Amino acid sequence: MNQPLKRLSIALTVAALMAGCSSGVKLDQPPVEDKTATSTAGANGANSGNTGQNGVAGVDLGQSDREGAGPVGVSRIVYFDFDSYSVKPEYQSVLDAHARYIKAVPGRKVMLEGHTDERGGREYNLALGQKRAEAVRRALGLLGVPDGQMEAVSFGKEKPAVQGSSEDAYAQNRRVELSYR
Amino acid sequence: MISLPAIPALAQFRVEVTGVGLTQLPIALAPFRGEAQAPQRMSAIVQADLERSGQFRGVDAAGTALDETSRPDMAQWRQKSADSLVTGSITRLPDGRHDIRFRLWDVVRGQDLGGQSFVVGQGDLRLVAHRIADFVYEKLTGERGVFSTRIAYVTKAGGRYSLWVADADGESAQAALSSPEPIISPAWSPNGRQLAYVSFESRKPVVYVHDVATGKRRLIANFRGSNSAPAWSPDGRTLAVTLSRDGGSQLYTIDANGGEPRRLMQSGAIDTEPVFSGDGRTIYFVSDRGGAPQIYKVPVAGGGAERVTFTGNYNISPSVSPDGRWLAYISRVGGAFKLHVMDLGSGTVNAITDTSADESPSFAPNGRLIVYATQQQGREALMTTTLDGKIKARLAGQGGDIREPDWGPFQKQ
Repeated sequence: MNQPLKRLSIALTVAALMAGCSSGVKLDQPPVEDKTATSTAGANGANSGNTGQNGVAGVDLGQSDREGAGPVGVSRIVYFDFDSYSVKPEYQSVLDAHARYIKAVPGRKVMLEGHTDERGGREYNLALGQKRAEAVRRALGLLGVPDGQMEAVSFGKEKPAVQGSSEDAYAQNRRVELSYR
Repeated sequence: MISLPAIPALAQFRVEVTGVGLTQLPIALAPFRGEAQAPQRMSAIVQADLERSGQFRGVDAAGTALDETSRPDMAQWRQKSADSLVTGSITRLPDGRHDIRFRLWDVVRGQDLGGQSFVVGQGDLRLVAHRIADFVYEKLTGERGVFSTRIAYVTKAGGRYSLWVADADGESAQAALSSPEPIISPAWSPNGRQLAYVSFESRKPVVYVHDVATGKRRLIANFRGSNSAPAWSPDGRTLAVTLSRDGGSQLYTIDANGGEPRRLMQSGAIDTEPVFSGDGRTIYFVSDRGGAPQIYKVPVAGGGAERVTFTGNYNISPSVSPDGRWLAYISRVGGAFKLHVMDLGSGTVNAITDTSADESPSFAPNGRLIVYATQQQGREALMTTTLDGKIKARLAGQGGDIREPDWGPFQKQ
């Protein structure tokens, strides 16, 4: 078992133990490994597995990447401030994990999908989303990811994650999504 | 799944005219003999067309019984303050087609200005009415009418996007494309047979050229990164596009049959939304090279770009009138996005709407009207406006978001 998975299964076991302390969950329940985590693993992740109490979700590291794959337990979204097109320092570790994931296999390719909030013209926002995607591409390039394993594209304001005209909606739409297709 | 065949429109458009113009020609459209029993009220379609142009005011002609063979009583019409009068008839033939005839009268001088006759199937009755409106418009203003032209626009409804082709009055819409992913920036080819547009169906923006009659389409720009903002040269041989293949959003020209793009300029900023001038020698475009998006122009043959907009700090979506005199664009004013028209000769700019979510202006091919999308009373709608903003008509839609209109060219008769 490689390091990240070993760490993950330990984390899930610990979480299961802690959950047991507070809510009476059986301590002998085996940890369920979530291969396609898009949020950080935790007690919720362990119990949301659909393999039942006795099943084990095996992981075959030899298989090619499925849609939705990517570094396990690492966020795939980088958010941007209003009118900003540079990657905030707080995302360094996220991009680090993605960079290592991509570099691990020469055939891996990441699509960097840039988005804006809904304000403004469609084509100009397409270009602003592109600017965000390219900022992430530059950051990954600095981490040693070869250019041929990345493509920066934009959806502009066409595919919001959250509908609405509140500052909160705007903030959740200004983003780049790292997509492994 | 992408579907391509023509689909009848689900939405019916209504025309509402608001505003009062100063110089409008008063014209009476007498009901055509036989139109009460016909599939289309011909005189009503002609009247709506002429009123939407802003240059005509309809005079009440209800209840009159005239046709194209009548010798109208000019004194009676002068008394109603009509300067012109149209009479006509529509007759159903034994084979199911319709015979339509009309005559245009100069009421002031008591002169017969001529007329035409048509024999068409039921599906072409609205087109005949538009051709009658064109004839009247051209005789009385000396300019070419746009009533037989078409517009393209995009709707989003229930998570599905459709690209529609409709008559210039918004009626008879047919879907050229239906997709689960966004469609933006439709652009008519100069011969009116093709639409270029940006599609996200392959989960990145790419540019197609789509033959409207056959549904056949080809991928014209699918380079690395994003491909968008197609614009046709007036001779139909070249498209300008925005590509990010070399980093950033930059302008390129590409042969309409595809092939290697030629980069137009190099800037370290965003350059996008190109549009050709009517003589094909200049491209107007949006650039934020000065820090914020403004409209610039650059010679197609090469040379430096020159800034065109100087008021406001956010100016996008240029459209140039065919005669090169006017520039329509969207300017953000205090958070609102508003349609502006600039006299390119003097540089004078006027805001011509009182709405605050205007987008995508497009000139009619006679340069006398602009179609744009906006929101009125919380609903998205397509509007046409005269260049001074005084006469506006709403091409009202039902259901779904309506956006991205583009006005097609004059069609060959």
